[in-house]
Amino acid sequence: MIRRPVLIAALAGLALAAAIASLGFGPVDLPVARLVAAATGHGDRIAAIILLELRLPRTLLALAVGAILGLAGAALQGYLRNPLAEPSVLGTSNAAALGGVAALYFGFAQMHPAALPLLSIGGALLSLALLFALAGRSESPLTLILAGIAVGTLAVAGTSLALNLSPNPFAAMEIMTWLLGSLENRSFQHVWIALPCVAIGMAMLLWNGRALDALTLGEDAARALGVDIGRTRLRLLVGTAIGVGGAVAVSGAIGFVGLIVPHLIRPLTDRSPSAILLPSAIGGAALLTLADLGVRIIPTTNELKLGVVTAFLGVPVFLIHLMREKRLW
Amino acid sequence: MVTIALERVGVMLGRRAVVEDASAVFAPGTLTGIVGPNGAGKSTLARAMLALVPATGTVRIDGADAAAMPRAELARRIAYLPQGQSLHWPLTVERLVGLGRLPHLAPMSRLSSADAAAIERAMERTEVLGLRNRIATELSGGERARVLFARALAVEAPALIVDEPLASLDPGHQIDAMDLLRTEADAGALVIAVLHDLTMAARYCDRLLIVDKGRIVADGTPRDVLTADLLRAVYGIDARIENGGDRPTITTLGRVRPSA
Repeated sequence: MIRRPVLIAALAGLALAAAIASLGFGPVDLPVARLVAAATGHGDRIAAIILLELRLPRTLLALAVGAILGLAGAALQGYLRNPLAEPSVLGTSNAAALGGVAALYFGFAQMHPAALPLLSIGGALLSLALLFALAGRSESPLTLILAGIAVGTLAVAGTSLALNLSPNPFAAMEIMTWLLGSLENRSFQHVWIALPCVAIGMAMLLWNGRALDALTLGEDAARALGVDIGRTRLRLLVGTAIGVGGAVAVSGAIGFVGLIVPHLIRPLTDRSPSAILLPSAIGGAALLTLADLGVRIIPTTNELKLGVVTAFLGVPVFLIHLMREKRLW
Repeated sequence: MVTIALERVGVMLGRRAVVEDASAVFAPGTLTGIVGPNGAGKSTLARAMLALVPATGTVRIDGADAAAMPRAELARRIAYLPQGQSLHWPLTVERLVGLGRLPHLAPMSRLSSADAAAIERAMERTEVLGLRNRIATELSGGERARVLFARALAVEAPALIVDEPLASLDPGHQIDAMDLLRTEADAGALVIAVLHDLTMAARYCDRLLIVDKGRIVADGTPRDVLTADLLRAVYGIDARIENGGDRPTITTLGRVRPSA
């Protein structure tokens, strides 16, 4: 276990270093001196355009998307008392992805750059309404997981349908490419759409720390300790839907961050659900920014997608956990 | 000081009436045992007192309706140790016992020195100070039971409701646990314990409620309520009850099969 202030400072340092690297590296490398000059308005025009219009929004989005995915994963694992939970168990990310797919399929995405992200957030909110309708007031984690699976499956079915009915291979390819997740060519318009959603989502999720700790003892004991489970659940579901919805809207579906970050963070804390919330947010921001950096510097003929990189990152993390479970390491 | 009063309390789980028409008043400074066969509704009755299940009738805590009381307020008045040892994350013992201080914490505040002292007292009383840095999920059943007991004591509430606190404890630690409940009651706390061991219940409790098929079928001192007839009717057992000392001792002799 690492002391909390030390852990948070170390993770914040990592996220900051990742962000600076993300601003500097790419097809055109900008050394720190040129970055500072561009940021303060003294540099050359090209450097300023690369920094402010291409790399800065991309970096901000990587930090924000990573933060909400890591935090939502940590909060959901705490609430559902299940270390395998992640934002997609509620079906929200799939529904947000379906919203985006609908925008591509029906051609709204070409009409206005904000159409895709907005439809995506709409998809997330719709899935939330459906989740409440299905799970009702039940406080059992199992009911919620079942309702989430139903919503998620419906959304995945809708996405498959769109792929199936695509008028031509290019349209299907466009949808597939978006689904793989990426932060390429994002502008400040995307930042302004995602940031408020992520901020609201994070605030609602961070509020639950104590309730999640109490839930370690089971629902009855938590309620007897003064926890209002109904409100906790409401904050958790709404926070996840808005935050993750906003994230998927600008990045596509990026899996595994919400699953692996809490796993990486947990052994560094006292393992209580509240202790991993904020570190998972900062760790998620750092991880996704580094992954997005990897997308740019790993040489491939076709552009590597962010969701593919995070999926590959998930494998070693779980192998290590498996080995620990079997006491091989 | 706190008083709990049940006024015609009933609980339905699904379509089944698990508790029916239960009325009783619990006063500070008494240790009350709730006994009865498996599935009689003992735990549900205890949960109804904490407004953890929807119930008909009224539960009053110091005269106020428990169902309408804010959760945190109720949590500060009654500490609750549920049945079983559910523990979902591998927390250290000290962190786990510290959860008992949650009802006293203001939003976004940290544990104060007063909270730390309460945690220390609770761990000392259940003799788990030596385990403080151990991971609670890696403890033996008996150690874990004592740690969870400490968690409930750390609330330092004027009332304590414990559900089967003796399960998974060896005879020595069973006596320690009952001594602790007795000390709490003698110090003025209202203590209610759901128990299975009739001799322990008779030896330590001031009062026993016998619950059968959801109803309180007897309510009084152990000597008054623990009769051979009642044990036969409620548990279906033949038992010898010796009232030699100041407390009855019960020896189970055999099962009574209801005659056709």
